[in-house]
Amino acid sequence: MSDELSHLHCGAGGGPVLPGRTVTAQMDLLKGLWRENPVLIQLLGLCPTLAVTNSVANSVVMAGATFFVLVGSSLLVSLLKRFVPNEVRITSYILIIATFVSVAEMGLQALVPEIHKALGAFVALIVVNCIILGRQEAFAGRNPVGRSVLDAVGMGIGFTIALLLMGSVREILGSGTFLGVSLFGPGFEPWVIMVLPPGGFFTLAFVLLTVAWARQRRAARAAAAGRDAAVARRAA
Amino acid sequence: MGDLAWIFFSSMVVNNFTLMLFLGLCPFLGVSGRLDTALRMGAADMFVLTMTAVAVWFLNAYVLAHVPYLRLIAFIIVIASLVQIVEMVIKKLSPVLFRELGIYLPLITTNCAVLALAIFQTNRGYGLLEGLVFAVGSGAGLTLALLLMASIRESLDLADIPDVARGTALVLFVAGGLSLAFMGFAGLLSSS
Repeated sequence: MSDELSHLHCGAGGGPVLPGRTVTAQMDLLKGLWRENPVLIQLLGLCPTLAVTNSVANSVVMAGATFFVLVGSSLLVSLLKRFVPNEVRITSYILIIATFVSVAEMGLQALVPEIHKALGAFVALIVVNCIILGRQEAFAGRNPVGRSVLDAVGMGIGFTIALLLMGSVREILGSGTFLGVSLFGPGFEPWVIMVLPPGGFFTLAFVLLTVAWARQRRAARAAAAGRDAAVARRAA
Repeated sequence: MGDLAWIFFSSMVVNNFTLMLFLGLCPFLGVSGRLDTALRMGAADMFVLTMTAVAVWFLNAYVLAHVPYLRLIAFIIVIASLVQIVEMVIKKLSPVLFRELGIYLPLITTNCAVLALAIFQTNRGYGLLEGLVFAVGSGAGLTLALLLMASIRESLDLADIPDVARGTALVLFVAGGLSLAFMGFAGLLSSS
């Protein structure tokens, strides 16, 4: 696989590092939460985001498994980066990721067999989750261990936030419950469509629409502030 | 024969990989902008799916019975190497086709539909013939979804849509609509 591939498919841009600004540990951790949120901003890992979020419990378990694989692979990739030849690095990353996913899958099967069954093939499919390969290629493969783990933790939390958001909306509207606890009493007619596949597409569409609207407003406000400042300068 | 037809239609429309199982969404959202690229992507997908089905059948029959815990790792390595081999063979035999497929061929390695096909095929215990039919059906389903989406998006280019809704959100709304339509096929096979 080529560099071109990972950029095109996994959006593995390392994130804009602003010149003249030192990158702090806090930034490594926090950028994944919102500014570079893997799902809401970078649009990576959409398959699990849509497929397993029909209940909050499924979302939590899926996010936990992905978090484990992401942090584990980032740690190992970062530790091994001196020993992995550049030509076979992506293959090596996938092997490392697949190993952690195998561990996660067996762990889930032993700990929460019910949910493991509900998630089906999607636990195994964490291997091809773009977020994980993307972080190895963009960050862990070229940064020190501490920063790579912080970056992975941040991205993992960002993914968890997105999954919880989707899972909450879909379970509350689609089943009238939250984590299985009934919210609205017996009079509530659940929107069954929300827990079915189309509901996933619609929920994510609304979430992304809201994100786009928020970003557009912020950009407009920043532009207006810039204009005001220019006017004030000219007046002075 | 009836079983094979059932597998084919089930994987193509009733359990459509993209619209019902959310597999292979990256190309679905990424390369569905134009009809001809969508068609090429679908063809490349179907080709790799078919090859994978054969390879997975071989692995399951002769190798993985002894080392079941290596399943996932074996699948991903086989898929990655398979795509590379296919790429080299096509480059050698038909440079024209190779140029046509371009970047879409290597992209398929990280397409979750391919790994999912391998896992489903194993879990359901399909033999060689069933696996092949399953792969062709799934590939046809992916292509169908890509083509529908591409035709809709080509028309949407001319529609008057607020700026904020353009982009992925709009594509997802359309996908939701398509998915709703495909749910209509749910009763197709259970009634017979």
